[in-house]
Amino acid sequence: MKLLTNLISGLSLGSVYAIIALGYTMVYGISKMLNFAHGDVIMIGGYMSFVMSVYLGMNAWLALLIAMFVCTCLGILIERLAYRPLRGTGSLAVLITAIGVSYFLQNVALLIWGANPKMFTSLFEGVQPIRLAGGSLTVTAESLFTIAANIIVMIVLTLFVNKTKAGKAMRAVSEDNGAAQLMGINVNQSISLTFAIGSGLAAVAGVLMCSAYPVLTPTTGAMPGIKAFTAAVFGGIGSIPGAMIGGLILGIIEIFARAYVSTELADAIVFACLIIVLLVKPTGLLGKKISEKV
Amino acid sequence: MADRILKSISTRGLKNAVRGSEYKKEALISYGLLIAGYIVLQLGAVSGLIGRNLQGQFVPICVYISLAISLNLVVGISGELSLGHAGFMAVGCFSGVLVARVVGLHLGFEPAVVLIAMFFGAVMAALAGFVIGIPILGLRGDYLAIVTLAFGEIIVNLMNVIYFGFDGNGHLKFAFNHPIEGIEDNDRIIAGAIGATGTKTMATFTMGLLLCLFTVFVVLNLKNSKQGRAIMSIRDNRIAGESIGLSVRKYKLMAFVTSAALAGMAGALYGLNFSTVAPLKFNFNTSVLILVFVVLGGVGNIWGGIIAAAILTVLPEAFRQFADYRMLTYAVVLILVMIATYNPTIKSRVSAIWAKLKPVKNKDKDKDKPKKAKKAGKEGA
Repeated sequence: MKLLTNLISGLSLGSVYAIIALGYTMVYGISKMLNFAHGDVIMIGGYMSFVMSVYLGMNAWLALLIAMFVCTCLGILIERLAYRPLRGTGSLAVLITAIGVSYFLQNVALLIWGANPKMFTSLFEGVQPIRLAGGSLTVTAESLFTIAANIIVMIVLTLFVNKTKAGKAMRAVSEDNGAAQLMGINVNQSISLTFAIGSGLAAVAGVLMCSAYPVLTPTTGAMPGIKAFTAAVFGGIGSIPGAMIGGLILGIIEIFARAYVSTELADAIVFACLIIVLLVKPTGLLGKKISEKV
Repeated sequence: MADRILKSISTRGLKNAVRGSEYKKEALISYGLLIAGYIVLQLGAVSGLIGRNLQGQFVPICVYISLAISLNLVVGISGELSLGHAGFMAVGCFSGVLVARVVGLHLGFEPAVVLIAMFFGAVMAALAGFVIGIPILGLRGDYLAIVTLAFGEIIVNLMNVIYFGFDGNGHLKFAFNHPIEGIEDNDRIIAGAIGATGTKTMATFTMGLLLCLFTVFVVLNLKNSKQGRAIMSIRDNRIAGESIGLSVRKYKLMAFVTSAALAGMAGALYGLNFSTVAPLKFNFNTSVLILVFVVLGGVGNIWGGIIAAAILTVLPEAFRQFADYRMLTYAVVLILVMIATYNPTIKSRVSAIWAKLKPVKNKDKDKDKPKKAKKAGKEGA
């Protein structure tokens, strides 16, 4: 039963990683940049939801929607102001700018909300955990909802990217920016849309994560951000199903390492797994092999 | 002959070969900056113009300068993005502190102890660089960056569970994942999450200067050697380099391991500058900080890195009274500087103004031509 409990909490944590990883993977796919500020958008999402529900006494679900809206706008704004001026200038310049944005968001949060941790109230405040098998297996509403949310997000996103016009445009831009532009696709709009979706999902991930681990500080997003990024690379960066698989596997590895090996070494084990996977498959589990032109 | 080919593959290398004095100039500026900075700061400290707080930053400034130069070897000269430089610094720091404690028992002369510690730190970091470099240097671009990031996090994590100390008889004891039992607090050397503790602070500013000079010496000489040109030609055109028989892995590994060793050396000096250093000090943020020095100083530019590291270490300290807004300003300035230096429209405007100021220099026109031709070739392929 302990195994099953761990598996469920691993899936739940992995679902959070998967939703965050989606933001990384889509942004990387379309603009080939490592968006290190993504983790901090999660944190802002958490704080927005916290402000709405605790300070303004709003319904938790309404707060989630508002947090999503704010983060979506934030994502578009970041892309417009910080990343667009640097498009096509090489990955290093954009990477440092992304790090600058990450510092900026963290310090804004520090100025507004202070360094003291805020206690986050869960989306499912007061909902009893489900007890199965005579009480030896408990499943919290948070983990069930997180797993379900992940599945729904994946299905909707896959349909969106494959079936709708905007989704197809996004895929075209990520395949070949220049050719897409020649075909009359609005590249700027597609990239903005990608950032909007990624950041909106980051808000969802932030609220879900804070529901399960209810402590909120300005650096809350940093470590999950890095791990979700690892998950995206693990599954093959640029691939949507890859992000899901990478996130889930990483979550399970982390919980199992924590339960059966050592709490302190859990992160090291997670990162070691990433290195091993990349050595065996240099573009991640589902990554495309890029052939080289001379 | 082979050397000529190397130079011709590396566009920048060829230019430098034509203007042979470029290397001498770079070396002169770098050494001059370091020595002048040392003299100014020493005078400031003696005359009392520089306060205690800033004096405490002298050794860290040297360490960060040295780290910026050694990271430049990987990022600028070898052209690979590394996000785990602080990991090598950590390896050097903890092994150096350990050796200093053990050697310090028998040897009274402090500078010698520091030198031995730095040497050992460099060896251990080089070993770490070798072990991590062999498998991963086959990866390309961003994937390599991620693996170095992962490596840095693993190092911090491992350092969190490593314990070293002396037992009652003065023997060295080691424990993994649990504290050593029955040991006095004073006899701890490395204590898990607390880090290196009870260290006698032996690092001096002069040592720091020597470290920087040595780092510049190694990096500039490597850059200006046959091997260095091979490394740069692989950076500029990997396939062309491979086709004339260069072993990509060997040369990339050479740059990577040298850089790791230098970082380890700097880490050892850093460790000996504080009585306690926690492993958390060496996480992703520090790696990024060093990378920021490199990029703001100009990728591949040694003396630019020296200036950037020195200024960016001193400024946040100097503005400590504005603690709340200091990091926010830092972030905004970082973004603005990146946009101002890399945005194509701003860049062309700045160079237009520059050209007006210096009408004699028509070399720049020649410089643009081959680049444009190359771009057109790429798009056509």
